[in-house]
Amino acid sequence: MDDLPVDSVLVRRLCDRDESAFALVLDRWSGGMHRLARSYVSTEESAAEVVQETWLAVIEGIDHFEGRSSLRTWIYRILTNTAKRRGVREHRMIPSDEVQDTGSGEPTVDPRRFQSAGDPFPGHWWEAPAVWPAPESGVLGQEVRELLLAALAELPERQRIVIALRDAEGWPAEEVCELLGITAANQRVLLHRARAFVRGKLEKYYTQEATS
Amino acid sequence: MNELECRQVVEQVTAYLERALTPAEEQAFVDHLADCDGCDRYLDQIRRTAQALEALPADALTAESRAALLETFRTRPS
Repeated sequence: MDDLPVDSVLVRRLCDRDESAFALVLDRWSGGMHRLARSYVSTEESAAEVVQETWLAVIEGIDHFEGRSSLRTWIYRILTNTAKRRGVREHRMIPSDEVQDTGSGEPTVDPRRFQSAGDPFPGHWWEAPAVWPAPESGVLGQEVRELLLAALAELPERQRIVIALRDAEGWPAEEVCELLGITAANQRVLLHRARAFVRGKLEKYYTQEATS
Repeated sequence: MNELECRQVVEQVTAYLERALTPAEEQAFVDHLADCDGCDRYLDQIRRTAQALEALPADALTAESRAALLETFRTRPS
């Protein structure tokens, strides 16, 4: 994929009503925006509307964009706010200040899977994690896809945003920190907890599949 | 000398993948992995989890809404 023009050029062109510049960001970012929006709301249609609404707000607000963050971060901030409002309206999620991100000191793997003091190898696996079936090449099966979406939706909001942007969208850590206003260490904890949670869901799915 | 326990290793996988461990921590992590199939597999499954998320489909805009947005952009007042 070709690189987008740098922000200063891009923003200038957008403010100059350069339609090709708008088409560029529209085509580049809408897919990822939809994917993140989808974890807040209950249907694909609803996610599409969140994306649409976000772009309308971008058109409305671009002349007032001050460049204090990257353009993409600014747009994603609008997106997450829009998606959150709609998620709340659909009773899909509770407003995030009512939700505690799980404590960062809590283990991410069930402690019962490890031996305790007095067992032969304290702190080590009782039984290694089961082998997963070989990865399907490229395309995810429908079931796995739905499982991942459901898992994302279950995560506390900041964990969800971090894992979606880092792992699904491939954002660099720094930009995610900027979007959420968090430190690198905090970002890493959120990513870690989110990955462990989603891995747990996949593990459950694959082991049930193996025994059914 | 490898003193890491598996339950510590599973909490370090992301820091390891993010290259956020100190050289000494990283060495201990890698040494543990070399001896421990369970943790090696766990790390691999964390990688696979990230890859699966990357493979989630990202729906493009429909042609209709793309055209509508471009139209709005074109005609918005200065």
